[in-house]
Order: sequence, then structure tokens, then C-alpha cells
Amino acid sequence: MNRHLVSAADLDHDEAVAVLDTAAELARVADRPVKKLPTLRGRTVVNLFFEDSTRTRISFEAAAKRLSADVITFSAKGSSVSKGESLKDTALTLEAMGADAVVVRHWASGAAHRLAYSGWIRGSVLNAGDGTHEHPTQALLDAYTLRAHLGGGSGDLAGLRVGIVGDILHSRVARSNVILLATLGAHVTLVAPPTLLPVGVDTWGAAVSYDLDEVLPALDAVMMLRVQQERMAAAYFPSAQEYSRRYGLDAARAARLPAHARVLHPGPMNRGMEIAAQVADGPRSTVVEQVTNGVSVRMAVLYLLLGGAGDGDGPSGPAAAPGQDSRGVGR
Amino acid sequence: MADGVPGEAPVDRGRVVLDAADVSRALTRIAHEVVERNRGVHDVVVLGIPTRGATLGRRLAARLAEVEGVEVPAGVLDITLYRDDLRLRPARPLARTELPARGVDDAVVVLVDDVLFSGRTVRAALDALGELGRPRSVQLAVLVDRGHRELPIRADYVGKNLPTSTRETVRVLTQADDGADAVLLGPAVAS
Repeated sequence: MNRHLVSAADLDHDEAVAVLDTAAELARVADRPVKKLPTLRGRTVVNLFFEDSTRTRISFEAAAKRLSADVITFSAKGSSVSKGESLKDTALTLEAMGADAVVVRHWASGAAHRLAYSGWIRGSVLNAGDGTHEHPTQALLDAYTLRAHLGGGSGDLAGLRVGIVGDILHSRVARSNVILLATLGAHVTLVAPPTLLPVGVDTWGAAVSYDLDEVLPALDAVMMLRVQQERMAAAYFPSAQEYSRRYGLDAARAARLPAHARVLHPGPMNRGMEIAAQVADGPRSTVVEQVTNGVSVRMAVLYLLLGGAGDGDGPSGPAAAPGQDSRGVGR
Repeated sequence: MADGVPGEAPVDRGRVVLDAADVSRALTRIAHEVVERNRGVHDVVVLGIPTRGATLGRRLAARLAEVEGVEVPAGVLDITLYRDDLRLRPARPLARTELPARGVDDAVVVLVDDVLFSGRTVRAALDALGELGRPRSVQLAVLVDRGHRELPIRADYVGKNLPTSTRETVRVLTQADDGADAVLLGPAVAS
């Protein structure tokens, strides 16, 4: 596996399935009286948040703590960043403190990539959302949730039909999901008004539709994206009411979905806007479950990136003797 | 390894030190020793360590049931996340821990592994077990004890004591995992 998780494209099919399988095992720790594993003891995970986030930050924090890592949370408010410190200097500070992994959320697209590949830090970089670019762990938890409800026996999402509805233009969740769902064999349809589709969306390999009602009956799952209030003023659509009427998932619309279909939302939700409360709290909704799954998936990513030997990490172990099984020589 | 027929193993995979009949007899003897030592199988829970240990554990539980005529709960204990050598090698895939419905509290847990070598796997298993409950006692059964312990750990039940060099390899094959039961002693590898 790549040392960093910056983009959903960093994972090939087998690696993505491995993350989901690992997450499924780690999820069972949550059912135990002692919800703690010693696996990352002595490792330091820094949560570096330049942008507000509640669930992603808490989710990463819970995941790292369940694996016994030390967690340092760094938010731009109240830090030297508000005094004008650059990303590079912040990174050098974290490196000097010995961060084994940096979980970064930044308002600028490409910030995670810059942090990972500039040689500033030796640790792993996990992208927790960069601008309108990517949010790979969200895509992984969505895929995990889809697999739990709708997956066949193959371990991936082969043949599943997934609709992603709403502000595709500004959504890092949509971009990561399109990449990962394709990797896992699902067919994606993007549904949005033309103003909320990015230029070049035809190169994404997903189908595009402007008509939600037409698409719904053929879906196994529909993922509703948050209408970002901060974009409302920019006149991407005439009014909230009109958007809601055409692209909001109300009870009548949800009834057009096949009986087995699920409704996903990455949160935070605007109830009554892109999703009606009745649907968000209904039996098809996986919203709360997605939050739970987020912790398991982030534990899996942290374990797979930090749990084993990294580049130039620790003493180089004795080469595994040929003919030994995966548990190796040390038994 | 599906073609791993005992007696026909190619030289580079090693010499057969236990064949299928030997493995079967060893398991039967261990089952009788467990019964004798614990005066029956009351409160006994068998937990195998993946992969081969889990297979052997299920078979030991079945033997115990044959000997005593009562069902013996069996499960699987994955120890990957408790290993002390995780950082020496790339991250490993996890196996599933499956506990019997009664849990392990106040049970006599018989841990089962295929090969006892450094003792580090067993140490990890004791740590893993401690987070799942509080057994009354823990005993260790292994098919092969090859020596070279690095920790103060010993087995209560041993299928075969096999003197080895540290550079040799010991492989346990099982019907369920490899298509045939056997223990192979591989040649010393250049180190």
C-alpha cells in the first residue's frame, strides 16, 4: 500500500477491498467491553485541521485512540497559523515533534498532496478533505456501508448502481466516491443541475443526469450531498425552494427507489433541503450507521498505513524465511 | 499446497516428520491428556490461533467431544493486533476472532497453535485473551514444539517435540487448509 492516502486513486481494487475487510474485523472491537487495541502504542497521530469539521476530526481521533496511538489535535484557530505561519513551517514543526501520521483537513485543494510529497515530513499523510478535491476516507466509509447492505459475495461492489446527487462541483466527497466506486466495480450516475457539475465531468467515467426522478427507480443506493449554504449566494440555482423541489429527496421521491435501495448522506444534513427529515430518519437511511462505520474504516487505514514497517522505519527485520506462512518466523 | 501429499513432498519443501496418521494420533492423545488433567471437559473452551492453530483447535474440540460425549465450545483467537513484531514487516491482514457463546469468563481455556517456537505468538495470545474476559486458567496445546524459546513460556500439551536448528523451517499442513495433514521439517536456509 502507498505510504500516504491522499486520493481514493491511491488504492487499487485489492487494496480497497483489504481496507474494507480490515475495517470489518476492527468494527467488532466496538462490541467488546474493552474497546482498545495496543497496535499503535507509542505512535503519534496529529490531527491538523485548517477547516472546521466535527465528525471527521472526532472520528479520526476515536480511531487513533482505539488503536492506542497518541493523538495531538491542531486546529488552525488559536494556533500560529492565525499569526500567518505557512503550511510548510507548520509541517516542519510537526516533523520536529515526531508525528508518525498527519491527518490533514485544509480549505485548499492539493494541500494534502503538497504535505505528503514535498519532503517536509517523513510520516504518513491522510487526507481528511482538501478543498473541493478529495476526501478518501469518506468514500471508504460509504463503500463499507454499501457493501454491508448491498454487497454480493465478491467483497467489492461489482454491478451496484449508485446515484450521487447534488453539488458535485464543490464536493470532495463526490470526487473520491466516483473514483473508489469505479475501482470497486460499481456504476455511478451523477445527478445535479448543470451549474453544479464541474467542467470535464464527462471524463470522470460516470453517467450524468439532470433528472433525479428518472434515475431513482434504477438505483441500488442514492447518496445525497449537502447543499453548501456558503455557495447559495453565488446563484448556482435560482432559490433553495426550487433546488429542493427538483433535487431534494422527499418521501414521495424516495418511494420511487427500489425496495432494497439505501439512502446515504455524508453529513452534516440540511433537513428539508436536500433530504427530508422523514427520509433521513427512515428505515432506508444509513446516516447514523455511516458515522459508526467511519471509525472502523479510519482504524483500518491507520492500521494499514502505520501498523507495519514503513520506509526506513525501525530496524530492518530479518528477511522472512522462505516457506513460512504469513505469521512468519517469530513464533 | 493442495498437492502437499505426505511422503511425496519435494525435497525443497522438507522432510515429513509427522504424517496424517501421526497427526491424528497426537490430537487424540492430547485430547485424553486434556480430559485427564481437567477431570473431564467441564468449563473447557478451546481457542485456536489462525490459521493452522484454528483448524487444529476445531479438531481437538471434536476429539474432546468424542471422548467425553459432551459438546466442547471452540473458537478462534486472532492475535495479529497484539504482536510485538508488527513494525518489522508490512501490515498484515486480520483474521476473525470468534468466541463461543459462553465467552471465556471463568473458563479453562485451551489455546491451540501449530508450532511453538519463540513463544511470542503465545504471549500475544495471552494479551488478546485478557481483553476478552477473565478465564479461570489458560493451558497451551501445540502440535509441534521446536524449541528456541525467547520468553518464559511452555506448552501443557505437545504433539511432538522436534529438535531443530533455528535456521530450519517447520511447516504444519492440515487437511482443511492444505489438503493433507503433515508436519514438514525444511532444510536450513542460508542466513
